[in-house]
Amino acid sequence: MFSFIVRRLLLLPVVFVGVTLAIVLLMQLLTPYQRAAAYVQSEQQIRQIPAIIEQFGLEDPWYMQYGRWLGQVFEGNLGYSRTSREPVLTTLQRRFPVTLELALIAIIPVLGVGITMGTAAALNRDRFFDQFTRVVSVIGWSLPTFVLGIWLLVIFYGWLGWFQPGRISTRFAVELAGASGFTSYTRMLTIDSLLNGRLDIFLDALKHMVLPVVTLAVVQSAQIMRVMRSSLLDALGQDYVRTARAKGLPDRVVTRKHARRNALIPVITLSGFVLIGLINGVVITETIFNYPGLGQWAAAAATNLDYASVLGFAIFTAMMVVFANLLVDVLYGIVDPRIRYE
Amino acid sequence: MTDVATDPTLELATDEPSSRRLQRIKTWRRFSRNPLALAGVALVIGFALLAVFAPTITELPRSCIRDLGLSAGNQYDYKDPTKAVFWRAIVAPPASCFSMTRVGFGTQPRNAQDSETLLGTTSGGYDIFYGLVWGTRTAFKVGLIVVGIAFLIGVVLGSLSGYVGGVFDNVVMRFTDVVISLPSLVVALVVVMVLGKSIENIMLAIAVTAWPSYARLMRGEVLRLKEEEYVTSARALGRRWLGIIGRHILPNAIGPIVIVASLDIGSVVLTAAALSFLGLGAEVGYADWGQMISFGRDWILGPPGQPFYYWYVSFWPGLIILLFVLGWNLLGDAFRDVLDPRSNR
Repeated sequence: MFSFIVRRLLLLPVVFVGVTLAIVLLMQLLTPYQRAAAYVQSEQQIRQIPAIIEQFGLEDPWYMQYGRWLGQVFEGNLGYSRTSREPVLTTLQRRFPVTLELALIAIIPVLGVGITMGTAAALNRDRFFDQFTRVVSVIGWSLPTFVLGIWLLVIFYGWLGWFQPGRISTRFAVELAGASGFTSYTRMLTIDSLLNGRLDIFLDALKHMVLPVVTLAVVQSAQIMRVMRSSLLDALGQDYVRTARAKGLPDRVVTRKHARRNALIPVITLSGFVLIGLINGVVITETIFNYPGLGQWAAAAATNLDYASVLGFAIFTAMMVVFANLLVDVLYGIVDPRIRYE
Repeated sequence: MTDVATDPTLELATDEPSSRRLQRIKTWRRFSRNPLALAGVALVIGFALLAVFAPTITELPRSCIRDLGLSAGNQYDYKDPTKAVFWRAIVAPPASCFSMTRVGFGTQPRNAQDSETLLGTTSGGYDIFYGLVWGTRTAFKVGLIVVGIAFLIGVVLGSLSGYVGGVFDNVVMRFTDVVISLPSLVVALVVVMVLGKSIENIMLAIAVTAWPSYARLMRGEVLRLKEEEYVTSARALGRRWLGIIGRHILPNAIGPIVIVASLDIGSVVLTAAALSFLGLGAEVGYADWGQMISFGRDWILGPPGQPFYYWYVSFWPGLIILLFVLGWNLLGDAFRDVLDPRSNR
């Protein structure tokens, strides 16, 4: 196991080099002037771009530029974000917890709904509920995130007025911005508010997450539902399930303890893809619900042609995905002892 | 050859072809008894008809009429099947036909009555109905071309990888692992931002991350069939490797490829629409569903007290995208059930 983790961690630099190299080569299609934006550190420097082109040799061959650029990245300089008016690294640090919180909370309904409905569908195979979940999941899977988000926004914000866009209500936002004794430990509002003993802020933050989380969850849980159904049907047909039944174990115990546990293994494999889906979804969802995370920033940066920000975001997400896939693989080994990491 | 299924002697006599035909009949029965599969077929055919007859069912904008070589006197000739220009508009419409008709230039959307159009206009006076119908052509174009490119890259890399093996195989497959784990929307965002907004660049940007599933599939098939007797004998006969792939390996892999391709067309169109929605889509005014929703972004909510005032701006394009993707997903699912009976348990 240990050597497996080490080997997978060694993949990180490979991915890093691959992604950055691809980006640098792609960037060669831009003019040196546009490329210089990725090196700028502050607002004032934007006026000194010709000097920057000179200083960083942006008219040199690509491999020289690549080397120098990597050096910059290792010093923690990812450029200046025109969109958020601060260094890219600062924005990544500030906004990542916001998105992480949203994604972590979204995983609960994605897995919960997906596994429950998938199980129920398998146990009611070919009956009404099975057909029903089948239709629901294919529609869910076909729903564009942005269309669902817009429709939810119109109904639950515009019409019913139950939820608001944004991350927190204005009255709390003012309080959080001021030095009012609220300490940010993790920059995730739900955790911080509990640590500060502020249940009102906790509930308000949670309420603001409902629409984005539902939007993310509908699309992603559809996929889990399908896989759960077919893998549980697979498991129910196995010999050990028949043995358990023959022993006289109650049906509930057989499905819960014997079949479902084994059926969860493919679901765990899939969760790596769910994570990728969530990252794609977060860019759209945060934009629609005005949720101040990484996705909203990246979408705004892309429309602004703010190269530095989008590249920073792309490198960051690529690293996150590799890291998360590593977690999934390790989890996979814990759940399924048959897996050997040779 | 009346009823193969019930005549055992006939089946014995012409064993190979008739059992294959039996298989085909069974497959077709399973397909046609599945209401969801039929719904998928109906949706895809419906959209195909909409795309083909786009010039016939819409009022073409002036620039498009001019580019078709029509003048004020005969400007409706494109609706007349006896005229050559009718067929020209269908087979090879000039690029200008893809720019949505404009009814006025105001930023505020107008409903069907006010704008005297079928479904109303979106921000900028663009006719929603025109955009939806011609957007179908765009969707087919994007979906089919992207899947085509991804398929080509996948077949080349996958079969080379399976055939050559060794270090090459290892490198290609690790590369595939990396690409498959990149979020497609983020990659497309970077590529379109750098290359600029256009429908061609969107297709390229999505194809960049769409090929790994085909590569894995082809590699698996090559590895599985490489040692089969008919493949080794084809090689012994001196057949070129390319020929073997085309003649023996591709036909065997066609089932799973069709499933993946059909499901991919749906997801490719979704990614393209998402890009357009974010403002990194086709050129402004190009008939494209995602862009239509993007135009309506500031008009999602009506004035206070009337949240559904501009409902048509996001409802129609949203519904059309949903139905298009649903059609392809249902079709892909149906293929999967038919071709891989295991998944239907």
